Amino acid sequence: MKLKAKDAAEGIMTKKKTVAVYTPESRFRSPWVLLKEMGADSIYGRELAWRLAVRDISAQYRQTALGLIWALILPVANTLVWIFLNGSGIVSVGKTELPYPVYVLTGTMLWAIFMDALNAPLQDTMASKSMLTKINFPKEAIILAGIYKTLFNGSIKVAIMVLALLVLGIYPDWRLALFPLGVLSLIMAGTTLGLALAPIGLLYTDIGKGLPLVMQFLMYVTPVVFPMPSQGWTSVLLKLNPLSSLILTTRDWLTGFSPGYLSLFFWANGILLVSLFVVLLVYRLVMPIIIERMSA
Amino acid sequence: MSEPLVRVQNASKKFCRDLKKSLWYGLVDMVAELTGSTAARELRPKEFWAVDDVSFELEKGECLGLVGPNGAGKSTLLKMLNGIIKPDRGRIEMHGRVGALIELGAGFNPILTGLENIYINGSVLGLTKHEIDRKLDDIIGFAELQDFIDTPVQNYSSGMRVRLGFSIAAQMEPDILLVDEVLAVGDVGFRIKCYNEIYRIMENAAVIFVSHSMPQLGKVCTSGILMDKGRAIMRSNNISEVINGYYNLFTGEQRIQVGSGRVRLTAVRFGNKTDCITYPDAQAIDPNHYHHIDADKPLTIGLTFTMDQTVDCYSILFSISDVDQKLVLQILPPERPLNNHPGTQEVLVTIDSLLLNTGKYSLTVHFLKDQKTDWGEILLSVQSLLKFSVQRDRYIGAAPVLHAAEWNISDGPSSIRHGQGNTGQVMDLP
Repeated sequence: MKLKAKDAAEGIMTKKKTVAVYTPESRFRSPWVLLKEMGADSIYGRELAWRLAVRDISAQYRQTALGLIWALILPVANTLVWIFLNGSGIVSVGKTELPYPVYVLTGTMLWAIFMDALNAPLQDTMASKSMLTKINFPKEAIILAGIYKTLFNGSIKVAIMVLALLVLGIYPDWRLALFPLGVLSLIMAGTTLGLALAPIGLLYTDIGKGLPLVMQFLMYVTPVVFPMPSQGWTSVLLKLNPLSSLILTTRDWLTGFSPGYLSLFFWANGILLVSLFVVLLVYRLVMPIIIERMSA
Repeated sequence: MSEPLVRVQNASKKFCRDLKKSLWYGLVDMVAELTGSTAARELRPKEFWAVDDVSFELEKGECLGLVGPNGAGKSTLLKMLNGIIKPDRGRIEMHGRVGALIELGAGFNPILTGLENIYINGSVLGLTKHEIDRKLDDIIGFAELQDFIDTPVQNYSSGMRVRLGFSIAAQMEPDILLVDEVLAVGDVGFRIKCYNEIYRIMENAAVIFVSHSMPQLGKVCTSGILMDKGRAIMRSNNISEVINGYYNLFTGEQRIQVGSGRVRLTAVRFGNKTDCITYPDAQAIDPNHYHHIDADKPLTIGLTFTMDQTVDCYSILFSISDVDQKLVLQILPPERPLNNHPGTQEVLVTIDSLLLNTGKYSLTVHFLKDQKTDWGEILLSVQSLLKFSVQRDRYIGAAPVLHAAEWNISDGPSSIRHGQGNTGQVMDLP
């Protein structure tokens, strides 16, 4: 009883001042407190995230001569390779409704945005090591800043892509208004996957080393540079891949086609939304454990 | 209100010595955290307690000094207090905004300018843009970096970075301030400014201060904890006791004997005149034993030795070092060189009163050929011949030497009060 009275007194104090209590107990044991803290931090972390994003974006281009062009070089190079492979007949890609160069350009650009989002959580957390081991700040800000950066770099890519489409004679229609939704879901997918891998990747560098390999494979089971196969086991595999519907729908919205996998697209987004919340929660819970194992 | 701002109960933290194991344990701990495991955290192979069962409470206006040798767990404890890492046992409560001067300028981006970094670092520390806007001039002014504020931080010197980092962090106005030896690279002028700023913050906050500079701690702290190997081995509201305890942890340098070998030291006498101890064998003096010396009473040092007949005359120089091995005092050698005699000879030195502050000291003796005290042949030199401690009622100020003085205090034209001696006692004039 006495204890309760004391807790109540502390509760009153809480209103005036923040009280932080640290115990070895898993914070999962008090989910309500955890959610409340998470909510408070995501509000306060927003401004910090913005600052961090501005910091990284301005630093990113300050020491380069080519500047923003770097955001394009990789996807454009990739596009040229595939146009060459397809044109020379070394690789034969199925028939696409869009002209192949447009198909592969939009595919690689969207894939590049997805990859940016995917790499951000691990890379940015690694880069914030010195801050993490010395300052207590909302870790979610790192993730949010990563999303801001992906959005920034992504919009440059999109702008160029739209210009290229016009040049190539593809005119987007009203569905272009839905296109940002597609890009956002691609970024959400990348962030979710990257964030899920981050905790283990922060401890073991194997994840960072193996990721490019795995992602290359993933790209070939997603309709990025070739269309959805209509039959065979590959068609099943590609349909099972939730990224397929994201890429296809987004591309269709951009190029003025009616998306063929819309229900899959919404299913994928629903699942992603829930997963993103879960991996964010996990990230928050495990960060102190990772930080103590990080070399400062 | 006497409600403590910081309450630490049996806080413990374990670390792992082995990297591969540490990573694996990290994975295991992550799973435990996510499954809400309630299993007690015991030591696993290769683990040790970096912080072991530390408890204390701290109120507003108090300053706690954390002292201890490297690796004692001070910084780990601070990280737990700051909420960066979780305790493995115990409970930590922090009431109010926590400000940490731990590593200044963490998160600075070297390519960006000082101004840009002020906003970034400020946000990281929890300041809003509005707060930073308002304090911007103060920050730049305090750091004295007006001319360099648009220069990329990578072109700053390390001292300039610390200046900027401190100026930003000092704007936090915390309820609890954690300071971990951060000002070592700043120049003297800036350090003084920083300490004044810390004093100012202290008025409205509870402060926890980690430093290896004992005089500094002696000035700032109201209480202290001495840590060693993760444990709080001493807790006292008298910081000078803690400082002494810290010095006691270091057995100090061992006796080192060098020289041309033309002198052989046999017996040594040492102590206050009334209770002088004689050691028949100089080599056998326990290097870890401290003689207690009453600094206000005369001190006697006696040396018995034999000297090679090839030496005509010699001189003797005594020097006294503190625990940090810093030379603090030397005793004037004899005015004229001493003549060598065949056989055993004895030299006796008496010092009226040692002007030393409370602390631990070691005595070194040099036998020098002729009258040379700064160069030439060293016949024999024994570093840390013996050790002694001086205990005054309290640790006065921070200097190792306390000079005696005569005090005259004038209350008005008619009465001059008069005092004298080491006691600092003030007496009325007859």
